[in-house]
Amino acid sequence: MTQVATFAVEHSAYLDADGKALQPLPEALAQPDTLRALYRWMTLARAFDAKAIELQRTGRLGTYASCLGQEAAGVGVGYAMQPEDVLLPSFREQAVQLVRGVTATELLLYWGGDERGSDFHGPRQDFPISITVGGHAPHAAGVALAFKLRAEARVAVCAIGDGATSKGDLYEAMNVAGAWQLPLVFVVNNNQWAISMPRAEQSAARTLAQKAIAAGFTGEQVDGNDVVAVTDVVGKAIAHARAGGGPRLVECLTYRLSDHTTVDDASRYRSDEEVSRHWHEDPLKRLRLWLEREHGWSAEDDDACRAECEASITAAADAYLATPPQAPESLFDYLYETLPDDLRAQRDALLAEPRDEHGHG
Amino acid sequence: MAEHTLLEAVNLALRRAMADDERVLVLGEDVGVDGGVFRATDGLQQAYGANRVLDTPLAETAIAGIAIGLAAQGFRPVAEIQFMGFIYPAIDQLISHASRLRTRTRGRLSCPMVLRAPYGGGVHAPEHHSESTEAMLAHIPGLRVVIPSSPRRAYGLLLAAIQDPDPVVFLEPKRIYRAFREALDDDGVALPLDRAEILRAGTDLTIIGWGAMLRECLSAAEALAADGVSAEVIDVATLKPLDSATLLASARRTGRVLIVHEAARTAGYGAEIAARIAEEAMFELEAPIVRVTGYDTVMPLPGLEQKYMPNRARILAAAHRVLNPS
Repeated sequence: MTQVATFAVEHSAYLDADGKALQPLPEALAQPDTLRALYRWMTLARAFDAKAIELQRTGRLGTYASCLGQEAAGVGVGYAMQPEDVLLPSFREQAVQLVRGVTATELLLYWGGDERGSDFHGPRQDFPISITVGGHAPHAAGVALAFKLRAEARVAVCAIGDGATSKGDLYEAMNVAGAWQLPLVFVVNNNQWAISMPRAEQSAARTLAQKAIAAGFTGEQVDGNDVVAVTDVVGKAIAHARAGGGPRLVECLTYRLSDHTTVDDASRYRSDEEVSRHWHEDPLKRLRLWLEREHGWSAEDDDACRAECEASITAAADAYLATPPQAPESLFDYLYETLPDDLRAQRDALLAEPRDEHGHG
Repeated sequence: MAEHTLLEAVNLALRRAMADDERVLVLGEDVGVDGGVFRATDGLQQAYGANRVLDTPLAETAIAGIAIGLAAQGFRPVAEIQFMGFIYPAIDQLISHASRLRTRTRGRLSCPMVLRAPYGGGVHAPEHHSESTEAMLAHIPGLRVVIPSSPRRAYGLLLAAIQDPDPVVFLEPKRIYRAFREALDDDGVALPLDRAEILRAGTDLTIIGWGAMLRECLSAAEALAADGVSAEVIDVATLKPLDSATLLASARRTGRVLIVHEAARTAGYGAEIAARIAEEAMFELEAPIVRVTGYDTVMPLPGLEQKYMPNRARILAAAHRVLNPS
């Protein structure tokens, strides 16, 4: 018998849960300004998340999928991308989207039930979030193919969760990305839970990263709560893809500290003890400890950073709440570039809808 | 003017679109070197290169999804699904993404793609190669669903589909891929994507159909003419959006309507047409609307497909019911 293939999956980490360096930080990321910027983005993402939950609990936002605990896995990816790259996110990627330039007001509009929230004024070519799990992975292959055909030095970044790694959509996209050597980086935000399905039951594969190897390219793991490691490893994967080296997959090991969404109750399927244990891995805490120890970050600095982020999010929420509703006919106005004659009567009927004297309307 | 089959017309339209617009790409299984299993894309890769005619891995979800990504990036992809029976893995992409990308981004991103697939029975094909599930697609808001019935119509409609700024599913009736030739000028002129065409004018009865069924409808109209009955035959051509006005005007004129499709009857697209005519013109009809369709059964293997498919005899029998309601 001859061995025809072997594989290895590497794991990278720089800062442990107590904010101690496991190895020297990469020079480009070790600068205090960079680390403070990463910390500020994570603080902003957490402030956004808290505001979104608050709005939902008070009836001013729809069902919302929190990204609590996954700020590093998001911010690192956003920070590693260039503006001209294209992000294709799943539904728990608010942190990446914020770094990409999607505004908190736009995110709230979307989760508040208004399509205008996906008309990003910043990253015009980024895709809206995919609610269908993994359904956007083939789009990422198409976007990356467009870059390759036009010989543009751009990269598509497809963010997915651990649940999506069980889907055929993702496999089809990975397979074609490998076959065509597309400039595409898959980031698996492995938060250990797909609603109630724990990672161990999701797949018998030792790592999710190794699924890339079946498609012919490198898959690697990173401590997804270590923003330095995420930024570094995803950054290298993006640089590799941009240089024509083909796709890569990075599995970020993190943890969903929240319920799946605001209509979920995670206590039905996992223990409080497990969640508490994972708070110890908090991505903000470890970077804050590092900044305190190495760069003189003070309690006052931290309070000021948090206050600034909260003020920014509060202003964004106020703008969201003050946004007038869309005109009802907008239902029709973006369906096709030009509304077919066949639909004009329906549009007219909507506008002429009778008022219900017995109820709302 | 050269004569061409419907299959050749598809090829001509693709060539013309690729020559006129460098954003047009063709992708799918075996579309490149092999020229497609029916040869619809024959010679395109030789003419335009492997960067514009791409052989994809065998993955229908990916084919549709890649087309969405390309379209959002400004290309005009024309993706082929080898047979309509294999389109189902792509349905999620059509329903959840292609048809709504413009809506959900308020026009920031759009999806100018065409998904072509041969459909329908009558060519003694293996299992899963003969279904007609166009109604399922016509149910999806944001899509266009187009079915040509002749070489000339295929050429003009496919050009229009490729030029259209929104996603179009283009279903090709493979039973008439090579059944007959038609004089066709490769002039690059597109047909409208929301107009039915009256193939034969008549005054006593309106027969409505699409795709390969129109050959049966025209043949039935011919036989009726011999009996002194003047039947109008209309090619719906664009199931979505539907040209209701042409259908209603004809129904009002003749007062009698027959709808023919080879798809299963229940929730078939004939039901939509019948409902619209009933809603708008019921009191102008002389007889109940009648449908001639495939049965509500699994599409049979080739041994029984001629029993399944509507044919001239079934159309004529139904026509007599519409003409002489009891």
